[in-house]
Amino acid sequence: MSSVLEPDASAPAPWVAAYRASDVEITQAVTAPLLRNPGKVWWLAVLLSAPFMAWFMAALGWVFYRGIGVWGVNSTIVWGVAIADYVWWIGIGNAGTLISAMLLLTRQRWRASINRFAEAMTLFAVAIAGLMPIVHLGRPIYAYWLAPYPNTMSLWPQWRSALVWDFWAIVSYLLFSILFWYVSLIPDLATMRDRTLSRTGQLLYGAFALGWCGSVRQWRAMKILHTTMAALGVPLVCSVHSIVGLDFAASLMPGWQESIFPPYFVVGAMYSGFAMVVVLALAIRWGFQLQAIITRKHLDVIARVLLMSSIVMGYSYATEWFMGWYGGARSDRSLVAFEFAGTYAPLFWALLGCNVVLPQALWFPRVRRSLVALFAIAVAINVGMWLERILIVWNTLSHGYMPSLWRSFHFTIWDLAFVIAPLGFFAFLFLMFVRLIPAISMFDMRELTHRENVA
Amino acid sequence: MTRPLLAEFPDPGTMIAAARTLAGGPCFTLLEAFTPYPVDEVGQLVHIGRPKIRLAMFLAGFFIAGFAFGLQWYSAVIDYPINSGGRPLNSWPVFLLVPFEVGIFAAALAGFIAMLWTTGLPRLHQPLFDMPKFERATQDHYFLLAKGENDETSADLREILRDAGALSVTEVHAP
Repeated sequence: MSSVLEPDASAPAPWVAAYRASDVEITQAVTAPLLRNPGKVWWLAVLLSAPFMAWFMAALGWVFYRGIGVWGVNSTIVWGVAIADYVWWIGIGNAGTLISAMLLLTRQRWRASINRFAEAMTLFAVAIAGLMPIVHLGRPIYAYWLAPYPNTMSLWPQWRSALVWDFWAIVSYLLFSILFWYVSLIPDLATMRDRTLSRTGQLLYGAFALGWCGSVRQWRAMKILHTTMAALGVPLVCSVHSIVGLDFAASLMPGWQESIFPPYFVVGAMYSGFAMVVVLALAIRWGFQLQAIITRKHLDVIARVLLMSSIVMGYSYATEWFMGWYGGARSDRSLVAFEFAGTYAPLFWALLGCNVVLPQALWFPRVRRSLVALFAIAVAINVGMWLERILIVWNTLSHGYMPSLWRSFHFTIWDLAFVIAPLGFFAFLFLMFVRLIPAISMFDMRELTHRENVA
Repeated sequence: MTRPLLAEFPDPGTMIAAARTLAGGPCFTLLEAFTPYPVDEVGQLVHIGRPKIRLAMFLAGFFIAGFAFGLQWYSAVIDYPINSGGRPLNSWPVFLLVPFEVGIFAAALAGFIAMLWTTGLPRLHQPLFDMPKFERATQDHYFLLAKGENDETSADLREILRDAGALSVTEVHAP
């Protein structure tokens, strides 16, 4: 399988690794994987994700049937893996729209190669995140009680509850992200409509392209809408993850009631999201032979963002410890000591290693240029971020105000199912995405290549 | 009746130069350009008013946000008051969170509807789709749609477009 656009690292243009990338070549390189047989690797990946999907469905079914007692939660540690998963997935989910919108507003042209799949990552991750609080409710059949609707009990939602804020934040954000993604997808769907030879494809792409023909009027309207949505999207994303932070910060527990939580959660979201973008970018780049479009320079820039975020994360952790000590409350000081030396200490040290220490290797240009190292660090960051979220839950609940209530979380096989299996579900959704929808924004790439004079 | 002409160009540079020639002449109207990516230079030459998408977003966003706040206020103060330790029923600081979220989504949705409204989409078929090679407007070719004042200028227009480097110039038979 040879690629349409042969990558050439010596090319002078910074964001396209080729001496020439005409409109035709860009179009062919991006659409070819959708129009031909997907190949062994894709099928193998789908087959591999299938058992994880089945595992996830079985785990969901078992929790719905048996109740949340199948997890290691108990009357002290009332939150568990589902909540950590929720924060982790929505963190990854926040990053796609945040990255795309921020780079658009700051006119970073290199976003062209990563915005589409980063936003797709957002949609799937938020969808999975949205499941978690519903599963955690214990009585998922009543999830709709969160919505204000006329009912015979004449009840209203409790608007002062963080759970209700979550509901509105997730619903608004998911729908907003779908729109943001779709608006910039319409021109590329039109390209697919005009390129595909299958009748079904023409009908489906044609229907979703809404009759787009690339007129000045359409481009102008689309650009105005897209930029305005980006400007609204950045504060929305920050508010969504801040609300997730408020789930903890609005409580009265040691280690949770901290004003740093909302911004600290937003940085964490961007951090884990960028790490996930690295993993997906490497997979797409390799699987679809797009080395000329997703260049080493892109990965280098993302690595620098990861490095910066890791420093901010380290600073946030240090602020937490410092404020725990400086505030002088016994429960806070005792909690910090428990984090470093208590039941979950090995996990805590692993978290610091993954999130703060290991990414410092990105200071070295050699590491940023090594794809293997970058992949390993990105995966480690995602593991570290999951550990951070679970430890925020476990440490505080295991070590609250009342020593007689101190207990540990006992991890069960069903907790493990909720950690691992959703990844397979995510992978499945992403594999379907790359087969059906152009994973790179073609019109953005054409604009980029014309500006860089390689078209 | 004079019919508009559709000219096909192989690259944006040629198309922009052709569009500039047309914009300079008094007898022709440059109606539209169709490009695989937004070409700003030609956008300035085609006279189309700025769509009022942002106004729709602004109005819808604030209206829905106001509605969401009103709903919370009504339910918490009038319809279902809960006295919790004498705290004020109108907890307006936390009541701002939900309006913020839904307001932004409402603005986005209104913007999307406004975009469809101003561009005449969704429209599954239009006469230009029947033109030869027009499917390349979404891939790699650049099209101009222009019209002369009468049949005579129309012939001149065809000449000008040809000279400017158009690969083909076709008459559009729009219904």
